[in-house]
Amino acid sequence: MIKQLLQSLVVGLAWWLGATASAQFRVEVSGVGLTQLPIAVTAFRGDEAAPQKMAAIVLSDLERSGQFRGVDQAGSVLDETIRPEFSAWRQKGADSLVAGSISRLADGRFDVRMRLWDVVRGQDLGGQSFAVQGDDLRLVAHRLADFVYEKLTGDKGVFSTRIAYVTRGSKNFNLWIADADGENAQSALNSPEPIISPAWAPNGSQLAYVSFESRKPVIFVHDIATGKRKLVANFKGSNSAPAWSPDGKSLAVTLSRDGISQLYLMDANGGEPRRLAQSNAIDTEPSFTADGKTLYFVSDRGGSPQVYRMPAAGGSAERVTFSGSYNISPSPSPDGKWLAFISRVSGVFKLHVMDLASGGVSAITETSADEKPSFSPNGRLIIYATQQQGKEALMTTTLDGRVKARLAGQTGDIREPDWGPLQR
Amino acid sequence: MRKFVLMVSASVLLAACGSAVKLDNVPVEDKAGTPVSTGAPAVAPTSGVGQGAVAAVDLGKASQDSAMQSANRLVYFDYDSFVIRPEFQSVIEAHGRFIKANKSRKVAIEGHTDERGGREYNLALGQKRAEAVKRALSVQGVDESQIEAVSFGKEKPAVAGSSEAAMEKNRRAEIAYR
Repeated sequence: MIKQLLQSLVVGLAWWLGATASAQFRVEVSGVGLTQLPIAVTAFRGDEAAPQKMAAIVLSDLERSGQFRGVDQAGSVLDETIRPEFSAWRQKGADSLVAGSISRLADGRFDVRMRLWDVVRGQDLGGQSFAVQGDDLRLVAHRLADFVYEKLTGDKGVFSTRIAYVTRGSKNFNLWIADADGENAQSALNSPEPIISPAWAPNGSQLAYVSFESRKPVIFVHDIATGKRKLVANFKGSNSAPAWSPDGKSLAVTLSRDGISQLYLMDANGGEPRRLAQSNAIDTEPSFTADGKTLYFVSDRGGSPQVYRMPAAGGSAERVTFSGSYNISPSPSPDGKWLAFISRVSGVFKLHVMDLASGGVSAITETSADEKPSFSPNGRLIIYATQQQGKEALMTTTLDGRVKARLAGQTGDIREPDWGPLQR
Repeated sequence: MRKFVLMVSASVLLAACGSAVKLDNVPVEDKAGTPVSTGAPAVAPTSGVGQGAVAAVDLGKASQDSAMQSANRLVYFDYDSFVIRPEFQSVIEAHGRFIKANKSRKVAIEGHTDERGGREYNLALGQKRAEAVKRALSVQGVDESQIEAVSFGKEKPAVAGSSEAAMEKNRRAEIAYR
């Protein structure tokens, strides 16, 4: 008994050491999707010696989408030039096959090549090749995954997009920008005071956020590449909840300058805000639809916080959530058909998705401290913050809740995710 | 340090009425007559310098100021409420009297919530608590231009943890002299 315990402790320790030592965090995917395309992603010729395991990153991306299931391909040696044995792969259950290679060029860059095969029809679906520095290999792998995803599903891939999130350390807060899988995080801001509500600009090169560095909440617009930032909202009282209009020119914000938290619209460069609605209640958490025509927001004008929507140009609001006494953090899908939000049910906070046409609502998580949902730009996934085993974590989920993934992230309490736009 | 700067600025303004006095030639003295260097003065100093201008220093006021700094500056709230409970009226009144008597002082009322619920909605709830205290002060006759109501939502708890006792201590408004 003791011997077994010791053995499992040793194994556990070895695994833990291995996991922390390797550059690649584990992305834990759980659940089975409704329709999952079976795909074999064979190790790239040269993966072993390469600084990034290209095939593993591609497969991880595809599985996290919930729309693919990896087929075992251990021991296969292929590259983008070798025509596969289609019948053998059909027997393994694969509908598609990815093969490739990665090799070092004389100038130190890496030559990455990939081909996608339709196993069922025995057809070449095309390939990609890149020559890049080692630092860009992960991005290349994500672009390969996007290529495969788009060929086989018809949807835009989001694997080479970025996310923003905040962590809290023992003495400070950081605003991070990372790849959509949580890897490659770089700190955009390090502050001794809290940072909340990061919001990507539609151009993908700026972030708006709320900072408490001057002992009250104010809104900055921050240029990611240069680190230059502009204080755009420091009106009397609290300034928070920035939301970009889809044309990138305006921010809807929550200001308490008139004595209570209300919604205003202002130029993204700063300037005099225009009040959007008048209520004697809390109005906050504005969120534009992708067509820019509608603003979803939270108001407790009816006695408890509920989701409402109003024309972005101004006008009367209509209530959207009717179930339960606490519904907040609305996030409309890019196609305008779905609304993700947080609902308090029996005292715990859970991610819900509403079918806007029918009004039907589904709770799609098993966790009970969900926060801040945000759609991927192709509308197929939702990122949110939650707690698992008492620790804060970022997760993605398919809209039906069937396939979830926990993202790698920096250590420390992790929260406030926002999914960035498609790369141009 | 800030008080020192305020007082020196005041004295420069007063000095401007008379002859020009260079800022670094301004000796700063407290009423007790002990010259205080341009380091950090221990007691709120002031001095009228320059011809014809004398700024009065009331040590009584200075000690009251530091008393207000360390006095009870906290108002606690019930869950989901921004109503000021009767037992906190005296706290607010004491600070109201001080702020009215010190028209140059700026005060922030910082509203907070416990950890339950969304960050932005809690920011707005904390704001309501801060505004409630601000209203109570202005009813006393305090000039609203001296007060700014701000919120920290659930971002800066006073007590860590999720116990009922911790959450009680986090649902608060703090009167913070700036």
